[in-house]
Amino acid sequence: MEIGLVELSRLQFAMTAMYHFLFVPLTLGLSILVAIMETVYVMTNRPIWRQITKFWATLFGINFVLGVATGITMEFQFGMNWSYYSHYVGDIFGAPLAIEGLMAFFLEATFVGLMFFGWDKLSRVQHAVVTWLVAIGSNFSALWILIANGWMQNPVGAVFNPDTMRMEMTSFFDVMFNEVAQAKFVHTVSAGYVTASVFVLGVSALYLLKDRHKELARRSIAVASAFGLAAALSVVVLGDESGYSASHTQKMKLAAIEAMWETHPAPAPFTAVGFPDQEARETHYAVEIPWVMGLIGTRSLDTEIPGINDLVKVSEEKIRDGLIAYDALMQIRETRGATPQAVRDTFEAHSENLGYALLLKRYVDDPREATEAQILQAADDTVPGVAPLFWAFRLMVALGFSFIAVMGYFFWRASFRQMNFPRWALYLGVAIIPTPWLAAELGWFVAEFGRQPWTVDGVLPTALSASSLSVADLLITLGGFVTFYSVLFVIEMGLMVKYIRKGPFQDVAETEAWQAAHEARLRGQTNAIPAE
Amino acid sequence: MVLYELIDLDVLRVIWWVLLGVLLIGFALTDGFDMGVGALLPFVGKTDVERRVVINTVGPVWEGNQVWFILGGGAIFAAWPPLYAVSFSGFYLAMFTVLAAFILRPVAFKYRSKRQGLVWRRSWDWALFISGAVPALLFGVAVGNVLLGVPFHLTDDLLSIYEGNVLTKFLGLLRPFALLAGVVSLSMLLMHGAAWLSLKAEGVVAERARRIGTVAGLVALAGYALAGLWLAFGVQGFSLGEVVPNGPSNPLYSEVTRSGSWLAAYAARPWIAVAPVMGFVGTAMAILGLRAGREVSTLLWSKLGITGIIASVGLTMFPFILPSNSDPNSSLTVWDASSSHQTLFVMLVVTVIFMPLILAYTAWVYKVLWGKVTEADVTENTDTVY
Repeated sequence: MEIGLVELSRLQFAMTAMYHFLFVPLTLGLSILVAIMETVYVMTNRPIWRQITKFWATLFGINFVLGVATGITMEFQFGMNWSYYSHYVGDIFGAPLAIEGLMAFFLEATFVGLMFFGWDKLSRVQHAVVTWLVAIGSNFSALWILIANGWMQNPVGAVFNPDTMRMEMTSFFDVMFNEVAQAKFVHTVSAGYVTASVFVLGVSALYLLKDRHKELARRSIAVASAFGLAAALSVVVLGDESGYSASHTQKMKLAAIEAMWETHPAPAPFTAVGFPDQEARETHYAVEIPWVMGLIGTRSLDTEIPGINDLVKVSEEKIRDGLIAYDALMQIRETRGATPQAVRDTFEAHSENLGYALLLKRYVDDPREATEAQILQAADDTVPGVAPLFWAFRLMVALGFSFIAVMGYFFWRASFRQMNFPRWALYLGVAIIPTPWLAAELGWFVAEFGRQPWTVDGVLPTALSASSLSVADLLITLGGFVTFYSVLFVIEMGLMVKYIRKGPFQDVAETEAWQAAHEARLRGQTNAIPAE
Repeated sequence: MVLYELIDLDVLRVIWWVLLGVLLIGFALTDGFDMGVGALLPFVGKTDVERRVVINTVGPVWEGNQVWFILGGGAIFAAWPPLYAVSFSGFYLAMFTVLAAFILRPVAFKYRSKRQGLVWRRSWDWALFISGAVPALLFGVAVGNVLLGVPFHLTDDLLSIYEGNVLTKFLGLLRPFALLAGVVSLSMLLMHGAAWLSLKAEGVVAERARRIGTVAGLVALAGYALAGLWLAFGVQGFSLGEVVPNGPSNPLYSEVTRSGSWLAAYAARPWIAVAPVMGFVGTAMAILGLRAGREVSTLLWSKLGITGIIASVGLTMFPFILPSNSDPNSSLTVWDASSSHQTLFVMLVVTVIFMPLILAYTAWVYKVLWGKVTEADVTENTDTVY
């Protein structure tokens, strides 16, 4: 297999996934915010809230459709570009994807049509229920995709079956309640809520600065800042939960993020800043805060967090162990149907580390023929790129804390200062609109780049996962995606700007007239409707 | 005794083979009319208002319909991982084309009427045409290729290798029989889209749709009959050797040879003839209904016809799901290309719970949206409709 192919496949996956995730967080959060606003409308029956709901729903719709459209690529790309991965773990990984379709996509997609087209056809309560169902559907889809992703990080509830040459599910319960998946789910949806809150707050701040739609803007800030503060707090707290679960499920990723080359006596210090050097295996100019790493990572003062160098030694042992499993697997294959029980027993005793033996396939066709140098090289390969992880993580965390500050400030002004916002704060609100997207993309980068060299941690190396395509195939589709997605992005941004400039569709008087007519219509007095 | 062992692995495989068919048919019946409507758009709508009527007949439902496509992908991944891995990577550029169409279409629906310019709207109209017609054609081409056998083999590690280079892999799909299958699927979905428009639109738009739909239906009918004859006399079938009951899902464990005709299945299991009969009768009745201007019954007949046509392909091929013509032993069948016992069982439980719910709320949504989309609807509600 050519290395160029795997790298191009990774590039394409990373690009399409990160592009998809430009739209997803806003969908996750804005769906809930719109539902909250509509609930306020139903409860207070004040036309201004209907106007607010419809305005944000319009922006939601422009964004939602691209989230849906680019999500299709994700659903199919595993088979197209990662066919060996799909074969190898499809038995486990496919299930949450299918359940996502059954439980979440149908719900959100079926009702989103009514959400936009149903204003005249449904009662107010019915319509609000429809909006909530869209929000719930969107958030459910995040649950199932993160169960799938969580399994790639921490593959529980599955074993390798030598007859089918793939991983097979042993416990759906374990896959579903995988602690990594659950921690990731709440962290990810919270990030979506922060994104939408910052977006609503920023656009509203722009209106206040321009002295337009102030009624809408003030109320929107009140909702967004309250929701956003809660979300910003939880995204940080729940992110810490993710870190804690990594400390016992993905030790190498955690060590790489923290650039911890050596195992420290507990409790380990936290390196706030520094310059990790992969070659020399040390961090230059490190500024360390004592104890903090040990506390975050293990929530204790006496548990050690292993460093990268020690983890490489563990990898080396696992490779040697995996080679025993690989040898047994080859015997099982040769003696199909008549394999001595002893061979199967040997395989089962060591199959946990089979994936580590597969790391050698990058260097030699039959891992059993690997040289000592190749084994050491493969063990070294289990260290992901430290410096990018170190910095991406720190930038993400810094952004996370800054959201708490911004949301807290706006919440305080909205609640206790009669919604008076100083101009500098409004400018700040507009300026930070792109930052939650940056934080979210950095988060995915840390999660997925930190998982390398594996597609499924400890089970299947990335280098083996790709389809047997040609480089030309990849260049065509990569070029196609880049062009196509760029055009769509420009169009989407253009429409967003157009509709933000345009502002809400109806003024309050129009909305009131509509409401009177609509209520009459629902009572069946169809003659009494004035033309809208 | 574990819960999932309540149902035999082979029974679960057959159930999931049926469910695969149900999903493909569900996709064709719902998203199928979206594709048909998109492909008809430039021809049934001449003015902007007419085109907006056409688009708004599917406006509130295309998103839900498209989920059948996504779920189809997800369910194949979950229940038939080898099929997912082999076919999607094998049909790589064709899949990319279909994906591009399925990305373009939602965007075109949603964004077309958000700006006024003539160029803007015309461009999106053609985007809707292409994103409806091209996948409708390609799905048929793919099915035709599956019937002919696809050039792939599996290595001992079960890595799938598809024969050919970047050009021959794509152009190799365009074999005459496969193109005929493509014509059948395109014309069938055009007929279905026309039946939908006949129900949901009125006046000149519905009139034009009926006229084109009648012709499309006739093409589908003739093409389907021709494909049947071609299968009988011009395409070699596949036959599967001995398989171990409830055996492991490893395609290389069974022997496959090429012999006889696919249609031998009708001698072995005569009852499956019900599918092609449904295909012919449903399509013929839909054509008559379009001519006579009947609305609801025409759409139902059209659905029956499509169901029959798709079901006949699956039933004819059983137990094969993806035969290989370059290395028949690598062929994927119902008995050796499924997920594990537990996964099939869990997915069945989930499906049994959620599928009725989905059908119920989808039906409710269609009920709320019942009635024709008129020119007045689209001119008076510019802020809510497309």
